[in-house]
Amino acid sequence: MAESHLSAAHAEHDHKPYGWRRWVFATNHKDIGTMYLILSGIMFFIGGSAAMVIRAQLFKSGMELVDPAVFNSLTTMHGLIMIFGAIMPAWVGLANWMIPMQIGAPDMALPRLNNLSFWILPFAFTLMLASFFVPGSAIAGGWTMYPPLMQQFGDSFPMMIFAIHLMGISSILGAINIIVTIMNLRAPGMSLLRMPLFVWTWLITAYLLIAVMPVLAGAMTMQLTDHFFGTSFFNAAGGGDPVLFLHVFWFFGHPEVYILILPAFGIISEIIPSFARKPLFGYEAMVYATASIAFLSFIVWGHHMFTVGMPVAAQLFFMLSTMLIAVPTGVKVFNWVATMWRGSMSFEPPMLFAIAFVFLFTVGGLSGLMLSLVPSDYQYHGTYFVVAHFHYVLVPGAVFAIFAGIYYWLPKWSGHMYDMRLAKWHFWLSVIFVNVLFFPMHFLGLAGMPRRIADYAPQFTDWNMVASIGGFVFGASQLLLPYIVWKCVRSGKPVEANSPWDGARGLEWELPSPAPYHSWEFPPTEAVLAHADKH
Amino acid sequence: MKRATLGKLPGILALAAAGGARRASASGWDLINMPRGVTNVSTRIYALHMMAFWVCVGIAVVVFGVMIWSLIFHRRSRGAVPDVTMTHSTKVEIVWTIVPVVILVSMALPAARLLVRINNNTDPQLSIRVTGFQWGWYYHYVGTHVSFVSKLSASSNAARQLDSGISPTSVPHYLLSVDHKLVVPVGEKIRLLITSVDVIHSWWVPDLGVKKAAIPGFINQASFTIAPNKPGVYRGQCAELCGRDHAFMPIVVRAVSPAQFAAWIAQRSARQTEAVTGPAAAGATRT
Repeated sequence: MAESHLSAAHAEHDHKPYGWRRWVFATNHKDIGTMYLILSGIMFFIGGSAAMVIRAQLFKSGMELVDPAVFNSLTTMHGLIMIFGAIMPAWVGLANWMIPMQIGAPDMALPRLNNLSFWILPFAFTLMLASFFVPGSAIAGGWTMYPPLMQQFGDSFPMMIFAIHLMGISSILGAINIIVTIMNLRAPGMSLLRMPLFVWTWLITAYLLIAVMPVLAGAMTMQLTDHFFGTSFFNAAGGGDPVLFLHVFWFFGHPEVYILILPAFGIISEIIPSFARKPLFGYEAMVYATASIAFLSFIVWGHHMFTVGMPVAAQLFFMLSTMLIAVPTGVKVFNWVATMWRGSMSFEPPMLFAIAFVFLFTVGGLSGLMLSLVPSDYQYHGTYFVVAHFHYVLVPGAVFAIFAGIYYWLPKWSGHMYDMRLAKWHFWLSVIFVNVLFFPMHFLGLAGMPRRIADYAPQFTDWNMVASIGGFVFGASQLLLPYIVWKCVRSGKPVEANSPWDGARGLEWELPSPAPYHSWEFPPTEAVLAHADKH
Repeated sequence: MKRATLGKLPGILALAAAGGARRASASGWDLINMPRGVTNVSTRIYALHMMAFWVCVGIAVVVFGVMIWSLIFHRRSRGAVPDVTMTHSTKVEIVWTIVPVVILVSMALPAARLLVRINNNTDPQLSIRVTGFQWGWYYHYVGTHVSFVSKLSASSNAARQLDSGISPTSVPHYLLSVDHKLVVPVGEKIRLLITSVDVIHSWWVPDLGVKKAAIPGFINQASFTIAPNKPGVYRGQCAELCGRDHAFMPIVVRAVSPAQFAAWIAQRSARQTEAVTGPAAAGATRT
């Protein structure tokens, strides 16, 4: 049915510009999605390189590689690059590619805005990375940029703030585009509660972005005026309050971590049913759980600052609200497990990464539950236990979900199948060494090693060595991914059917592979929608 | 995947079981778990931590158990046929919403009780003003003239220079030793009044169960009582990134008997005619 609109003759009417114009003036959701994903990949390897230097420095006790100031710059930039440069653009890239295809639209609703929101980013990241080369090097106060420490850095300080402003504008524009697309371009019959969960989670994520990116921009602007225009928002000597920054920052920061993970929930909720050959268990519960998590994310920020001296009542409130998040998150995990239950599972690379996600994200969730208990948090706070916790939810969490999404949809994007054997190598190396890398960090934190230190007492050496070895192998094995993608696009075996996965469902699999340039030029009919819903 | 998580599980459980039975000093257990510590606060935190840990292990065993069962038996290669009618069950969904709430409440109650207790800073027998600075600590025993600056010991400081050529293992308590220790009596309630003169620091000694941010413009409080039978030396570090030498501003507390403490403070008072010039002498603490 859909194919009839997509004859070879029609494909010639793409009107796509060629050469550099295709990319610089890009308005096509697939081209822009590709650029987002490539940018994300570049930033992932730059941020990863910083992590490799960090792990080399921490390989053993004693200062041997870099100056502590450089070390602090590296930890700071690693965090900022990975969050704003690697994970967020990867989600926007996947949204660009998949949302129009999944809701039966020809493209994003606002294509020129789409172009702008992408092309802001290279400038933002140039500014950010260039700050390494100005006098005093990059900022070194941690990705959380707490004043007054942040005020002590040189030219990199305004550069970073402007880079963050640019990234914020890009994110807000991207989020507006996604909301408008989902609200206006759904095919007739694609009701809200029929949308794939990736679309749902992104819709909620987009609202979070619009809500909190301006908050970050405001907090950073206040730091800027404190530094250059003599205000005292956060300067105690002028009657200001450094803790105010922590409150404002984490009011942004906690929804931000859900911005990083909610689209992952969506992808996993697409992949597990596909490879269990069974509908997602509790679809509506999944939607409501996502919305509850998003709501709760606005009232838990205090759990990042239990040791700054908040009133006991406030600490109690933030402890209870934080614990509450375990309920909808638990619902999600139980639903994934129930989807696998009595399924007929097969273990292709997307499913492998999705299963690893459920296991390891749960490990990160459980350490999060431990962290929510304020008295225990007094001991965990600011240690490697926290580093272990958030890397478990972000690396085998968000990053594995991105990998799962790439391996799931790459045949649809390129029209070629990738090398399964290599992809499985990528999976097994990643999943084993991500644990070698991050699991010992729980031990280090509990045994008393603070985070963000350039050197440590000798008793922490053993587990640091294990973590570093895990880090080196994990880092090196990520080089497989660009090779697998490149090989697939250039010389992969063509995918004949609309879907290479026999259990996959959803509108994207009703399109030919590779998907036509203007995805759904004519909206899918009810018959196509019904077929897409079935296994 | 299964292999990676499961492979670790027996090891962790074995270690946990061994540690639960006894806690030998400087054993592997010390290097993978929170210290039980020596104060009224730290031992209770440790108990709460272990309770939460075992609850989490229990949840993990149930959830991962079901998942692993499914991964083994509900796979296509074994000829499993998907049950496509299984899309939701209100009954099950209510159960797995209520059960976690019950578990959470049972964890929140003891945590809340302990939280209130820890934050009771009234009626101390000794107050010490703690002032963080880049990069060291300034201590002042309130009501006396005794005050001093405590910084990384000279031997550690020499060894921690880039390419110093000095092996960290040859330095006693590398990075965890100071020139002047904070001396406190055991068995007495001690209140710390914590602030900073420049950036945010955090005063942390794991064995005391105390971690509190030192913030310019604020005075934070924390209190602890060291068990009377636990005199000794307890070491910690700054726990909030505070600039280049964040890793090099340790905290060392020497806990002595009240009699020894009285003698020490008398001796220090006599000696300390000219005040030690610390950053707090500049009158930077406010509020």
